[in-house]
Amino acid sequence: MSWPVRWLADIYAQQFKTTFASFVQYRAALVIWLIGHVLEPLIYLVVWSTVSRSSGGSVGGFTAADFAAYFIVLMIVNHVTYTWIMYEYEYRVRQGTLSAELLRPVHPIHSDIADNVTSKLITLPGMLVIAALLGLIFRPAFHAVPWAMATFVPTILLAFIVRFLTEWTLALAAFWTTRVSAMNQVYFMAMLFFSGQLAPLELLPQPVRVIAFILPFRWTVGFPTELLLGRLTPAQALTGIGMQAAWLAASLVLMRVVWRAGLKVYSAVGA
Amino acid sequence: MRYLRLMLVFFRVGILSELSYRANFITHLVESVMELGTALAGLAIVFSHTTTLGGWRPDEIVALVGVYFLVSGAIRMVIQPSMERLIEAVHEGTLDFTLTKPEDAQLLVSIQRIEIWNVTDVVLGFGVLGVALVRLGTTVGAWEAAAFAASLLAGGVIVYSFWLMLATLSFWFVRVENMLEIFSSMYEAGRWPVSFYPRWLRFMLTFLIPVAFATTVPAQALAGRITWKTLAAAYGLAVALVVISRAFWRVGVRRYSSASS
Repeated sequence: MSWPVRWLADIYAQQFKTTFASFVQYRAALVIWLIGHVLEPLIYLVVWSTVSRSSGGSVGGFTAADFAAYFIVLMIVNHVTYTWIMYEYEYRVRQGTLSAELLRPVHPIHSDIADNVTSKLITLPGMLVIAALLGLIFRPAFHAVPWAMATFVPTILLAFIVRFLTEWTLALAAFWTTRVSAMNQVYFMAMLFFSGQLAPLELLPQPVRVIAFILPFRWTVGFPTELLLGRLTPAQALTGIGMQAAWLAASLVLMRVVWRAGLKVYSAVGA
Repeated sequence: MRYLRLMLVFFRVGILSELSYRANFITHLVESVMELGTALAGLAIVFSHTTTLGGWRPDEIVALVGVYFLVSGAIRMVIQPSMERLIEAVHEGTLDFTLTKPEDAQLLVSIQRIEIWNVTDVVLGFGVLGVALVRLGTTVGAWEAAAFAASLLAGGVIVYSFWLMLATLSFWFVRVENMLEIFSSMYEAGRWPVSFYPRWLRFMLTFLIPVAFATTVPAQALAGRITWKTLAAAYGLAVALVVISRAFWRVGVRRYSSASS
């Protein structure tokens, strides 16, 4: 594992330029993508605020202002950790464009990481403006907890890496089947319920919370969100970082195993 | 009468051409069932914390989910594929073949492509609607049923005219597909009563992207909470959009300069 660092840095720099150029070309696609990322948390924000108003001001300790804060932060966290690699891989394998990438002397995951990070750098300012606007409209209640805000930074980085690795590994399913859309849907369904996207996990039934503790989804979306909002104790934060580290190790191993196995299948089909 | 026969012919051709991809049916069914299951499980979680939501009872929201599936299934089955092909035809100049046929071209382009497997959403939507109706029981009388059918029809006409107008823009602009995408993603918001949303968003979902009349209003009718004023507004908007989209289409076709230019 002794990559020449300069060499790798050059590769990343080049990928930044390429991605940036293609984003400038496809501005409209970017807007559509952003609408999707804003609309879903916005819908659940509105629904849960309505729930809290319908039941006398608060639900499970959440007022309308708490829900607003939760879903606005969740929107940003989800946007930062999001990947679209599953759609990308299906296309690559089906069209055979992966062959060209395999010829490069560097693991293809590097260009995917650079691509993802670049597009986030471009879209994040827009998302922050939208978050600020939503803040003006929905009057969220933020309680600043300094230690939690400081811990948020490494936590969201870990969340990004874990989500990237698990989704990249899942995307490799395209090596084995041409119908990945149903599988992706199962994944996004699990994501919705177990990550905290549908509702803060405290509001979900006990069995769901237990499963959510084991699966990676919560640690990549809901956990950084709750941490930034100061809803966690230091012990809970440590547990969460521990779970993130465990999933990081697991997904690294899984990724390598699946990638090797997938390559064998791919060459067999391509020949 | 002739138009009806024409539509039936197109439906048959569409079904026949899709029947060669039968495995797609299973995929579509699995995906539709999962989507519906997700929606209902989400509702179950919401209603484990409250008994009414902004004045809506659980079964009324379930009925709304049914309407949502019904309408979005119909869009994905007929309107979206046909309009996408229209945009393609304008870009590639193949619209000539349609324009030279001795029938109304607007009708022909509107039903030219049918992705029959999306019928799974329509069927599931009807199923959910039926279950919700049974559970709502006696509150749904003849007046509610009639108002429901009438507002669903108006909503369908509004959505169709809106899509036609968007697709017709391709006579002037190149990248219209993106706007269709935006409509599809905003349509998600129709799964919940638009009265939940803040005023600016409600306005957008009623007039800019007319989702409200296709989903919330029919569900409201079913719950017996529709007023004559709302129904009249729905029909006013439907008639206006039909006239405008027809005019839009005519001007667009006149601009269309065929493949060679």
